[in-house]
Amino acid sequence: MQHLGNFSLMAIFVLAVYAIVASLLGARKGRPGLVASAERSLLACAGLSTASVFALVTLLFNSDFRFEYVANYSNRELPIFYKIASLWAGNDGSLLFWSWLLIVFSAVAVWTNRSKNRELMPYVVATLGVIILFFTYMNYWVTNPFHQLGVVTASGATEVFAPPDGRGLNPLLQHPIMVIHPPILYIGYVSFAIPFAFCVAALLSRQLGSAWITSTRRWTLFSWFFLGTGIILGGRWAYVELGWGGYWAWDPVENASLMPYLTATAYLHSVMIQERKGMLKVWNVSLVLTTYLLCILGTYLTRSGIVSSVHAFAESEFAKIFLIFIIVAAVFCIWLIISRLPLLKSENELDSLVSRESSFLFNNLLFLAACFAVLWGTLFPVFSEAIQGERVSVGPPFFNKINVPIGLLLLFLTGVGPLLAWRKSSLDGLRRNFLAPSIAGLVAGAILLAFGMRHFYALVCYILSVFVIGTVVQEFHKGTVARQRHRGGSYTSAIVDLTLVNTRRWGGYIVHLGMVLIFIGIAGTAFNVDRQADLVPGESISIGDYTVELLRLEDGTTPNYDWMSTILAVRKSGELIGEYDPQKHFYRASEQPTSEVRRYSTFREDLYLVFSGVTEEDKATIQVYLNPLVRWIWVGGIVMFLGTIVIMIPNKRELKLSRKDKAETALRDETEADTGRRHEVA
Amino acid sequence: MAPKKTKFAAGILLILGAILWLAISGFEEGKAYYQTVSELKEMGSSADGIKMRVGGNVVPGSIVRRDGGVEFQISQDDDVLTVHYVGKDPLPDTLVDRAQALAEGHYRNGSFEASMIQAKCASKYEAAYGESTQEGSPESY
Repeated sequence: MQHLGNFSLMAIFVLAVYAIVASLLGARKGRPGLVASAERSLLACAGLSTASVFALVTLLFNSDFRFEYVANYSNRELPIFYKIASLWAGNDGSLLFWSWLLIVFSAVAVWTNRSKNRELMPYVVATLGVIILFFTYMNYWVTNPFHQLGVVTASGATEVFAPPDGRGLNPLLQHPIMVIHPPILYIGYVSFAIPFAFCVAALLSRQLGSAWITSTRRWTLFSWFFLGTGIILGGRWAYVELGWGGYWAWDPVENASLMPYLTATAYLHSVMIQERKGMLKVWNVSLVLTTYLLCILGTYLTRSGIVSSVHAFAESEFAKIFLIFIIVAAVFCIWLIISRLPLLKSENELDSLVSRESSFLFNNLLFLAACFAVLWGTLFPVFSEAIQGERVSVGPPFFNKINVPIGLLLLFLTGVGPLLAWRKSSLDGLRRNFLAPSIAGLVAGAILLAFGMRHFYALVCYILSVFVIGTVVQEFHKGTVARQRHRGGSYTSAIVDLTLVNTRRWGGYIVHLGMVLIFIGIAGTAFNVDRQADLVPGESISIGDYTVELLRLEDGTTPNYDWMSTILAVRKSGELIGEYDPQKHFYRASEQPTSEVRRYSTFREDLYLVFSGVTEEDKATIQVYLNPLVRWIWVGGIVMFLGTIVIMIPNKRELKLSRKDKAETALRDETEADTGRRHEVA
Repeated sequence: MAPKKTKFAAGILLILGAILWLAISGFEEGKAYYQTVSELKEMGSSADGIKMRVGGNVVPGSIVRRDGGVEFQISQDDDVLTVHYVGKDPLPDTLVDRAQALAEGHYRNGSFEASMIQAKCASKYEAAYGESTQEGSPESY
């Protein structure tokens, strides 16, 4: 199996070199045949890459512990379901998986563009080829997962060695979300290579019209969608699995995924300005290139451990090569933009401070500022050590202090931006659009104040949330009523129809709505409370309206781990809700404990129960958190998910058009075929 | 400059200025100095009142859970430091014997009062495993 894996990697390497040379040569000499053969070699890579992943998965399934990777990340008792997760649990395997995604996406992009964008494609293929070459180099020479364990015998020879069992998968990763979270996040990171390649191709070939943008719009949305879903699932996993009562800690690994998400979101907004007004071209190109570089940087940060450890300028070969790749890519991108500046002139100017364009401009500014702050904060320990020789870190207070106000301003723009007119908004228009939502927001604020809410940011957040929801509901309602007037039918059918005619617009509103729900959930953090107590059976601890009583302790064993459990009776205002059993697991293979938290979750609040351990006096330490509104974050995530799906559905009008297009193409094909036949006859 | 452009410039500057101010004040609140165990011991009383981060490996068998907190020792080379955890969140599960731990808090009279503890967690796990297998002997299995 390792031969299949290694052979595939080697073959991909050779084919990638061929694809780069052939496509560039084909473009230079004007030989489409050469370009087509380069494209076919990328398609072949997809097959080979699949074979290499298949090889590693087979080794994992067979528990072939002669291989270092298999021995390090799986064990015999590991359920099959999690053996798949072992593929991306370690650096070597996950990088192989990463390459596979990259190559498959490249193949899909090549295939879907086989008769489109012919001037761009040679450069797209070359760009993707370079990225594939880099990752395949890593897979084969630096992080080869098909490495066998060796042991030096007394005679000095090296023999293959197979331990009786593996070290097992990190127990924290043994959770259903962890089987889907990494691949989803990877899909987001990796697929951004496609918009990146198209952007580079457009710059290289000087074809800077809107072709590259329309060709990559769905890809960008796709990456953004997966990145966002991956981030939310990561938060969810941290919340239900790590047992510290939260879902986001401004950890470098989390920040790494947030940064490209912020710039990609900025791009999704500012691209509308370019499509509509031919403005912000330099800006858009920069955003696409930056986003991909941040994806790569994120991968680097996550894997090199450069920021997480004390005094550790990454010394490994892996980190060094990766860093060189990032620097070379960044320099190349900067050169590319500067050398093409004259071709990226804006076709219009900003007219008014109160216009759709300027709201987009400010939106972009804020996204970029947030991204820069996160980048700065994440890399600060590295910078400070390099410059001052002293490693200084900035903690969550830094990130929160900057990003909370930025988030609130963005929330404000979410409500305002989509309703402002292009070019310039009239006072009358402003009043018509914003009067009702503003009143709704202020009334909500007054009610919250009256109920005693004094937290400034939370109060602002809820006022703005109600305001934004107001604007979205108002827009949907106005559109639906207008449509009903024209076409008749029920309110429901009119609202569905309306959405389908312009999916980008209405889907966008749904995404905004989801984002607002997430904000509502996050702002709930301001009112978190928690308590801790060491209990013996019969004793209880109370928090808010809840009382938690320890009934008894239990323990047991499974093939994979031993467990200890506390049985808790939870009462709300004296009424029994149920019994909960937060546990502690001790995994045998990895000798590591994990906490299994239990939650009583409602839309109002989560009661979050953790069994943190047993004291020397044999008391059970129970930690109880009361986290208001957390559930809205997950609900918001689902709403965003659905909104993005709506955006991806082609417009109803587009559908009709494309049917017409297809009819025309079919007709043309037939005529061409006819001509061909005539030629043959002749 | 046209008044239109001035307005935009003013708006942008206002936003960036505010963000910068937030960044500086947030930085002052959140910053913590990384020190090694031996550096910390040398500092003695001059370390009072400064937020620090100190890292090391958990000394096997040193984790003790008592009413009102958890105590453990971390070592780096030959230096050992006692860490008294006074934070409110439960300790990470990854804090076990020999784990790489990072404590944030204050150094007082020879012991470290930590408000936050990190230990090699899921996504950073692999480096430690990889290292140990490269140097480690097969007996470790």
